[in-house]
Amino acid sequence: MDLLLVILVDGLIYGAWLFIISVGLTLVFGVLGILNLAHGSLYAIGAYATATAVGIYFAYGGDAFPLGSYIVMAFSALLVAVVIAPILERGLLRHFYHRDEVIGVLVTYGVFLILEDAIKLIWGVDPLFVYEPYDLLGMVEAGPLFYVAYDFLVIAVSAVTGFAVWYFLNRTRRGKVMLAVIHDREMSQTMGVNVDKVFLLAFGTGVFLAAFGGALTAPMISVSPGIGVNVIIVAFAVIIIGGLGSIEGAALGAVMVGISRAASVHLMPELELFIIYFVMAVVLFFRPEGIFVRTQTRKI
Amino acid sequence: MKALSDIRITTALALVVLVGGGQLLPDWALFLMTIALAKGLVSLGIVMQMRAGLVSFGQGLFFCIGAYVSGLMANFTGVTDIFLLTALAVLACLAVGGAFGPLLANYRGIFFAMLSLSLSMILYGVLSKMNSLGGTDGLNVAAPTFAGYAPEGRDLSMTLYLYTVVIVVFIGAMLRTGFDSQHGLVSLAIRSNELRVEYLGASVRRTNAINYVISAVLGGIGGVITGLAIGHVDPEYAYWTTSGEFVFVAILAGYLSIPAVFVASIILELVRSFSNLYFPNTWQMVLGVFLLVIILALPNGLGSLFQRRREGGS
Repeated sequence: MDLLLVILVDGLIYGAWLFIISVGLTLVFGVLGILNLAHGSLYAIGAYATATAVGIYFAYGGDAFPLGSYIVMAFSALLVAVVIAPILERGLLRHFYHRDEVIGVLVTYGVFLILEDAIKLIWGVDPLFVYEPYDLLGMVEAGPLFYVAYDFLVIAVSAVTGFAVWYFLNRTRRGKVMLAVIHDREMSQTMGVNVDKVFLLAFGTGVFLAAFGGALTAPMISVSPGIGVNVIIVAFAVIIIGGLGSIEGAALGAVMVGISRAASVHLMPELELFIIYFVMAVVLFFRPEGIFVRTQTRKI
Repeated sequence: MKALSDIRITTALALVVLVGGGQLLPDWALFLMTIALAKGLVSLGIVMQMRAGLVSFGQGLFFCIGAYVSGLMANFTGVTDIFLLTALAVLACLAVGGAFGPLLANYRGIFFAMLSLSLSMILYGVLSKMNSLGGTDGLNVAAPTFAGYAPEGRDLSMTLYLYTVVIVVFIGAMLRTGFDSQHGLVSLAIRSNELRVEYLGASVRRTNAINYVISAVLGGIGGVITGLAIGHVDPEYAYWTTSGEFVFVAILAGYLSIPAVFVASIILELVRSFSNLYFPNTWQMVLGVFLLVIILALPNGLGSLFQRRREGGS
């Protein structure tokens, strides 16, 4: 019974974390039609920027108000998005909207290669540590177990993020315009929508969510080169399970992957990576385009 | 008939140039060429699928299987004969490719790319955790023997190089013929419009599955040679960034020309070696910029420069 609870809680924590990263990836694909292989690098940049900024914050008197480090984390992610998103989207990606989806994968693979080295050039290869925000909230007792309260903060933040994205898309004017662009780009353009602006906004949001995921993770790990490489592979599995471009799908996929991974870690640790792809393969076998996407008719 | 004699001339020329040129190369270049040609075979498999409009991001799966065949046989049975190892790698990849090919043939575009990627990541995950097979450290591979002949030093690298050249040229010639055959032309038609191909009575699924299995075999041969040349195999062979490099070469080459694939593969290995030497921390960046420039400037790859008249032009 205890083991089941552990698996469930661990799975939810991991799934919540995964959702924040995956939802950005799926949003970018939904609007731009580009599966961003560099998403993991943006996550890593977010983590590095946060590690640096929080380090500076505590070096210059942040101890007086330690909770302020959470604000610093959010702002670091925002800064990453504001700086990088326009360069990538305006400078590069917009040339490929009319090309095949696979070309988008290759272009962002090139961006991934460039960013991985850029990270090493900027931050070096030695790991960075910012443990302060992780310890701030103390421990939480969950039945017979103790968890770091920060882990539950991740779940809360993830839920709020999911709700915010849903609310934005379904309840605000700007969001509805974005949905219209996803649905039919040319028609929205005819109706006077500034599609360029919508694309930039969507990509910017995606970059922010990746960097924000990195920002949240930075206090939990040693920030070192290569942290983005593995993230992207798991995030892909999540959004493919849920259906590319589907927000609800990303949520369901993240929870499925989170819980199966947690189960595997506790029961059969050798199969950790295997299980994630196994879940994905099984889902695709029954729903070839993911759970929340209807199979489309082919056009002649 | 003209096309056939063209192939014969090109094949003979390629053999003479590669075998003759090999004698002049210093040791490091000989090694680089062997690796580049072997990996070129893997990329050739991707090119084969690209002709039907599919890009596999998981060719590392078969590359890794081939490499591990050489490692496992050497470590657990003592077999080092290269002919036997190659045959076993082909069989292993036929089995695995034959099992997954018909399944993957249902998927297109991004789903095909990501599913093939996930298969190779499953192998990576399993191999990294299996300590009996060396875990993430991998295995050492004994030097190959050639039907009883056991050379050492430069003779070994030369023999391995010649073995690779013969296989590469032979497979290149076979695939060129294959590309111009009915099956090859159906592949090209699928790339333009698969629904029409179905209406005309050809099976898209069958064509894609066959392409997948052939590319699996090519990946296995490339893997076995690379494993033997480097003398070490580890799970990284199946990692997605390894597969990404194969795709990189395939894109650089384009789907129009077979020699272009090997030229592209040699370019990649040269860029890698020299960047490693001179800019050890930024070679991936060089590669990334290179890839973006190619996609922007040469959407059909290097091959479109060689073959504009033959297939691309009009």
